[in-house]
Amino acid sequence: MKRLIIRKKSRKNFLTYGIVVAAYVALMAVMAAGAMPSAIQGLLVPMCAYIIAAVSLNLTVGVLGELSLGHAGFMSVGAFTGCTAAMALANSGMPSWGRMAAAVVVGSLLAAAAGALVGVPVLRLQGDYLAIVTLAFGEIIKTVVTNLYIGIDPQGLHFGFLKPDIGLGKGGKMIVNGPNGISGIEKISTLTAGFLIILLCLVVIFNLVDSRSGRAIMALRDNRIAAESVGINATKYKLMAFVLSAAMAGAAGALYALSQNTVTASKFDFNTSILILVFVVLGGLGNMLGSIVAATVLYILPETWLRQFSDYRMLIYAVVLIGMMLVTNSQKVRTLLGKLLPQKKTKEKEGQGDA
Amino acid sequence: MPELKFEKGKMVPVPSHSIIPERDLGHAPVLECSHLGVDFGGLRAVNDFNFTIGRTEIAGLIGPNGAGKTTVFNLLTKVYTPTRGTILLNGMDTHGKTTVQINKMGIARTFQNIRLFSNLSVEDNVKIGLHNQKKYSALEGILRLPSYWKKEKEAHERAMELLSIFNMEYMANWRAGNLPYGAQRRLEIVRALATDPCLLLLDEPAAGMNPAETAELMENIVKIRDKFQIAVLLIEHDMKLVMGICEGICVLNFGEVIAKGTAEDIRSNPTVVEAYLGKKGAQAC
Amino acid sequence: MVFLSFVNNLINGISLGSVYAIIALGYTMVYGIAKMLNFAHGDIIMVGAYMCFFACTGFGLPPVLGILTAILVCTVLGILIEQLAYKPLRQVTSLAVLITAIGVSYFLQNAAQLMWTSNPRIFPALFGNGGIQLGGELTIPYKTLVTICACVVIMVGLILFTGKTRTGKAMRACSEDKDAAQLMGINVNATISLTFAIGSALAAVAGVLLCSAYPKLIPTTGSMPGIKAFTAAVFGGIGSIPGAFLGGILLGIIEIFSSAYLSTELANAIVFLVLIVILLVKPTGLLGKKIREKV
Repeated sequence: MKRLIIRKKSRKNFLTYGIVVAAYVALMAVMAAGAMPSAIQGLLVPMCAYIIAAVSLNLTVGVLGELSLGHAGFMSVGAFTGCTAAMALANSGMPSWGRMAAAVVVGSLLAAAAGALVGVPVLRLQGDYLAIVTLAFGEIIKTVVTNLYIGIDPQGLHFGFLKPDIGLGKGGKMIVNGPNGISGIEKISTLTAGFLIILLCLVVIFNLVDSRSGRAIMALRDNRIAAESVGINATKYKLMAFVLSAAMAGAAGALYALSQNTVTASKFDFNTSILILVFVVLGGLGNMLGSIVAATVLYILPETWLRQFSDYRMLIYAVVLIGMMLVTNSQKVRTLLGKLLPQKKTKEKEGQGDA
Repeated sequence: MPELKFEKGKMVPVPSHSIIPERDLGHAPVLECSHLGVDFGGLRAVNDFNFTIGRTEIAGLIGPNGAGKTTVFNLLTKVYTPTRGTILLNGMDTHGKTTVQINKMGIARTFQNIRLFSNLSVEDNVKIGLHNQKKYSALEGILRLPSYWKKEKEAHERAMELLSIFNMEYMANWRAGNLPYGAQRRLEIVRALATDPCLLLLDEPAAGMNPAETAELMENIVKIRDKFQIAVLLIEHDMKLVMGICEGICVLNFGEVIAKGTAEDIRSNPTVVEAYLGKKGAQAC
Repeated sequence: MVFLSFVNNLINGISLGSVYAIIALGYTMVYGIAKMLNFAHGDIIMVGAYMCFFACTGFGLPPVLGILTAILVCTVLGILIEQLAYKPLRQVTSLAVLITAIGVSYFLQNAAQLMWTSNPRIFPALFGNGGIQLGGELTIPYKTLVTICACVVIMVGLILFTGKTRTGKAMRACSEDKDAAQLMGINVNATISLTFAIGSALAAVAGVLLCSAYPKLIPTTGSMPGIKAFTAAVFGGIGSIPGAFLGGILLGIIEIFSSAYLSTELANAIVFLVLIVILLVKPTGLLGKKIREKV
């Protein structure tokens, strides 16, 4: 059921902020009490990264209404540039939080640049054609990063493509090593930073959506021809949403990379893009809180609860995924389920597109 | 309605039988089309379309289905690029302009198959129409700077004012896609008006309305013209509406203009009757 | 020497392209009628290859029977997936169906991993190791010949089927407008199931041919060719049968030539780059119909 009356969004927005802050406080309290299992502790920062990625993809898919299958490509750009920046600053005497912040800023700026580069040609296409081109760009970014070599020596950064020999001087050190990616990363990203970036992204998206530009973006989603007829520049606003989304994905990538020992380009492949898309679709298009919950549950679930099923873990994940799509989307399946479980009421899902 | 006398437009550079209301004669016409035409493949969808609209005229574009009426709208708003001819808007050539630029130059339109932003609220639909009127940057919006609050307040007030034309203020928070059909058509007009046009194109505004609603719409179109001092060009199959409020009427058939004139001229024009009823029907009349 | 290697590369390219084309034909047909990107298509290829592998090496069946087994199993599997996972979602957004298809893809891959482990199997040389001598050092292996012939036969068959037969016309009617087709007395559900059956059978054939050329068989064997064939279908204009054929062949040639003459590492990137350029010049693919939205 689509709601007849659209209520003010501010209430739901504040609920979202509240839940995120509460989750942060709760996690910190559990960690302070030393009650956090170490298996989960290591997952928390990557979880934040995936939440940011999901929220940012929701801006493209839910608010702008264009299907992107290459979102992980922007994470990749953010991860590798951010990590390079952090490692280049390793001996600068900056505190670790400063280097982390620098990495996130550099990562999101370069991802935004990549987003602009990809967006200009891509956003001229429509529907599934646009989707396939984002997929293609994701694969291209992966291939380029796989063949990228970056090193640092006292002269500064050295870059190489396809060939590992980049002419490093004395005391030089490889940072990005082609297919082997970056290794020996100092894990400087923190849970606090993760939550701060999540909140920042939410503020940006919520405030954007409830403003002139955000309305223009949603107008393009609902009806491009009508939007142009009232004087909305389609290219400008599509690109705005796309680049902003890429920048956030870049921040997510940098955050993620700095929580790992090693990152390789193959980590950010088509499957990762799909994984993020699954979070977005399951959480509901345009529903940021939904994306956050879906990303949290679906990221933590296979790593923890599903572990007990060992080999069957991913099989169960697949079944859960199909089942969830059927239950949330098909009336028939829901009624069937209702008959099987007469006590449990299946909750009506929030209407889509209420961004 | 006051009795109006029509004369041949004096400012039209091309031979034209267009009529411009007397009160608009001292002003440049809002729209002048000359030899406008477009081909789709081998098909001449519109050919040699000449038409002039006065500054505050209500003009009508009629013709049988498939005559090319909506195509003319699409040419005027540059949804399609004309193959031939020129369009002057307030004396300015629109050659090479995009749909967006055309809107900024002053043409707003509604659509035959309603095109609302159906997932958004009624108020947001109008606010989107105000996109180029109440401007502030995306950054100002994200950072919630004072300009955001100021412009949003202005936009809200303006949107409510515009909605009040059709007494739709109480629907402001409704989801546009859930409005009743007639209200959707009215909302499209409000949205078009929000862009502050000098020429309003209405594509079958009375389609699907009952006679009472149509009568109200007629009044409202005249009211809008008087209030905003703009020109209106409308496509309509409801002859009562067309004959009732249109000062100049142009009849299209197979992409060609077959008649132009006042309601009286059109009604008595044998070619028009034939186009609508066929040869036999025309004889029977 | 240069010429010889060029011809060899060209033949390899056409051969690989033929495999892509067969997969792309399945993709295109399913897309045309169900308007969904069936991401599980690539994994049906893998199932087909495993079926043929077990039939031929495990049970010692002759290659023809092996291929038939693969076709049979994949057809049944395709219909089953359609009925269980896609049919309940016929009325909802294509995005929901896309995610379901991805779920099915995960399922097939992981089920294969559990049943057959991720140890690579070496696919038998079904068509022998010989080839036709074309004077000098130029030989065309039988498997290449079979692949190319199969592809041409399938494409011509599909064009005739969709163009001439009653069922084929029903299929085209459904892809134009399901509601109108239903009103004309066409059984839309049966037609969609049939399309999935045909698509899956083609995937089985493609799986066997793919593994004859590249014998390493693992549970993710079908993923990348699946994505590339999807690219090929878009390249040629999705929904168009000759388009899928042309797109597949071109993609294969571009891939082989870029890895032979430019860079092996960048071959995939070049393929995707060409796709992007083509789509920018022709936004609906090489042979795709230009759809003008009615205003």
